[in-house]
Amino acid sequence: MYAGRYWSASITRLYNGSMNAGMKFTLGAVLIVGAVGYLMATGVKQTGQYFLTPSELSQKLAADPTFYDVGMRVGARVVPGSVSRDVAHQTLAFRVTDGSASYPVVYRGIAPDTFNDSVEVVVEGRIQHDGVIHATDVLAKCGSRYESVPKA
Amino acid sequence: MTLLGNLALWVAFLLGAWGALTGFLGAARGRADLIASSRQAVYALCGVLLVAVVSLEVALFRHDFNVEYVAAYTSRNLPIFYTWSALYAGQKGSLLFWATVLSLFGALAQALTAPRHRVYLPYVGAITCLVCAFFVSVMVVEPITHANPFERLAYTPVDGNGLNPQLQNPGMVFHPPMLYLGYISITIPFAFAMAALLSKRLDADWLVAIRKWTLLSWLFLSIGICLGMWWAYVELGWGGYWAWDPVENASFLPWLTMTAFLHSVMIQEKRGMLKKWNLALIIGSWLLSIFGTFITRSGVIASVHSFTQSKVGWLFGGFLLIAAGGSCLLYFIRLPLLNAEARLESMVSREASFLFNNLLLVGIAAVVLLGTLLPILTEWLVGTKYTVKAPWFNFVNIPLGLLLLAFTGIGPLIAWRRASVPNLKRQFAAPVAAGLVTTLAILAAGMRDPYPVIAIGLAGFVLTTIVQEFWRGVAARHRQYGEGWLLALGRLIARNRRRYGGYVVHFGILILFIAFAGYAFKTETEATLRPGESASIKSPYGWTYTFTHLGISQYTALNRQVTAATVDVSRDGKRVGLLTTEKRQHVDAEGNPTFQPSTEVGIKSDAREDLYVVLAGVVNGSEQAVYRFTINPLVWWVWYGGMIVALGGLIVMWPGGGSVSVRRAQAGYGVKLVAKNG
Repeated sequence: MYAGRYWSASITRLYNGSMNAGMKFTLGAVLIVGAVGYLMATGVKQTGQYFLTPSELSQKLAADPTFYDVGMRVGARVVPGSVSRDVAHQTLAFRVTDGSASYPVVYRGIAPDTFNDSVEVVVEGRIQHDGVIHATDVLAKCGSRYESVPKA
Repeated sequence: MTLLGNLALWVAFLLGAWGALTGFLGAARGRADLIASSRQAVYALCGVLLVAVVSLEVALFRHDFNVEYVAAYTSRNLPIFYTWSALYAGQKGSLLFWATVLSLFGALAQALTAPRHRVYLPYVGAITCLVCAFFVSVMVVEPITHANPFERLAYTPVDGNGLNPQLQNPGMVFHPPMLYLGYISITIPFAFAMAALLSKRLDADWLVAIRKWTLLSWLFLSIGICLGMWWAYVELGWGGYWAWDPVENASFLPWLTMTAFLHSVMIQEKRGMLKKWNLALIIGSWLLSIFGTFITRSGVIASVHSFTQSKVGWLFGGFLLIAAGGSCLLYFIRLPLLNAEARLESMVSREASFLFNNLLLVGIAAVVLLGTLLPILTEWLVGTKYTVKAPWFNFVNIPLGLLLLAFTGIGPLIAWRRASVPNLKRQFAAPVAAGLVTTLAILAAGMRDPYPVIAIGLAGFVLTTIVQEFWRGVAARHRQYGEGWLLALGRLIARNRRRYGGYVVHFGILILFIAFAGYAFKTETEATLRPGESASIKSPYGWTYTFTHLGISQYTALNRQVTAATVDVSRDGKRVGLLTTEKRQHVDAEGNPTFQPSTEVGIKSDAREDLYVVLAGVVNGSEQAVYRFTINPLVWWVWYGGMIVALGGLIVMWPGGGSVSVRRAQAGYGVKLVAKNG
């Protein structure tokens, strides 16, 4: 009751212009900030992804079997010699590891120029029940965009 | 030459330390001799660092591969153009470049500042010296950082590594220095802000002193960001120009806060409001520029945790923390001196619309910063890294950007203090009508995606406000002075550079928004083709493009082996032309491959859409090629919009604003305009 009366009084004041401009601006600012916060939070829910190493991924899978088929990104190193390319079908298969855990990856699409068999990669996709990461995107990284890739 | 270079670095370090010490002491104690000495130190610092740059360039051009930096970034067969730009291709060289340009700007600030603003100069000199000394110190503490560009190897390689082929692109020669110039030049306004805080001279005077400097760094940042988009588009081959990559975000952040500052400073000049806010924006912009350097150099954020982390990054992190702590402390101590002289009177006023514009710009900056830092923050807070990518940034920023576009039309036209209903009608009747007509027209044309429809409708609104402003100004001059239309337009711009240059910038921005809206209609397809086979793709304009694979050719060019694939393009059966895309394997002087192969994109660009063809690979031992074909509507407008933004910035920047008598006449003319127009 009281809250309702308070709000209707505020709205009347706002409408009649008896609320000063500073307060109105604050109200507008709060609305904008609130909207931004809301957008960010829903955005994270819709498009945010876990960023895991292979060992973190295996821990997650052990702790929570529903983690299969969840969108995520895995940062790891390509296992040297594990890369097989099928250019005609644009398919790339390789293994990634962080030294302890290791997973096979299958990617259909065009691999970046910087991809080779000893590079650091970020694999984006889902791990399925067959234990294979089905990637929707593969990013090959070097220390910095401006630095050449160090020769192994 | 490396001896000379090393010597120059050490002398620069000492000069920087001396200049900072004498500058602070001299200004605090009012000692003219110390102040003079500090000033000389600024000039000397600049000279000495130029010597260091010249010695590094000499080493680069002499192919002195005993110098580690030269061996790491150049080779005998690297084109001269790129040998020169290797100065800033690597971390060590770009540190030297940073320090040198900063010292140059510092010297220019000492030499060019108008006499009435000279009171700030001792502190300005001290702060530029301090920042410069930090950059030089990163290079000279070689055993810790390994960041000295003059470091020698124990042996002399026959040839160098060569420059990363992705950097062998004209855009990459100009993009990093432009961006660096933007980052670096923010230091000067920051130094003035600190000087104002330290000397307690916090009237609007320091704002006038830095006006050109803030515009200059904004202009450099704008050009640098546009060149970066162009480079990413033509060189990286993923079909877009902006991916919300941390490195891109780092350049966008100070641009946003500088843009906010350029607007809010007008409120302080006119109405004496927002003093705290403006100071905070300048300090924040500078910290963000250092942050940008930090994340491009340390790899803390972009990376998977196991990437090699350079110690330089952590030095920068420490510097950033100390600088942030110091400047914020000073800011809070001086807060009581920063009270506003006026209050906001009405929500329907220019002040209020500029406030919202600032809130939106800073809001977008906060979103971008948070999104960039999210992996680190979540790792600290909950122990697992969580990331967001382009879809998140677009999801949050597109509505904010569109709101901002609306304010681009509202802000410049609405009256100061309190807009009356007649004022609103007079200024906004035509633009609002035009916006509605545009929206209906594109809806009628069949476009249904909400964001592009809103963007183009708002662009119609904003465009009409700009045209209306120019039209009214020109018509007034034509009536009043009997000037011809073109002369009236020229004089209108020349005599009110800030105002009409600003409109030109807004015009460029709205073109950019339309171009970004076109990105929503990007279509692409991938295909594996034998010679003679073709793939088709439907353009958003309703045409069908057919790409026929003609064949593969292989040949050797200057410093690379090229595999080129050519397609014949036709639109609705009519031949348009040929497009060639290449895979390049760069080689050293003996023909051994260096680096991974890089892709050269085939692009055919016009005002409506870009055809963008990438050779993804060739099936071994055959002429069968894997292509990706992309149709990118309106990309052309990104580059031209960027150029118009830069042009507007240059108009505002252009020195001289007429003599005092002209300015007086102009003031009278302004009054007449107001009187006439009500």
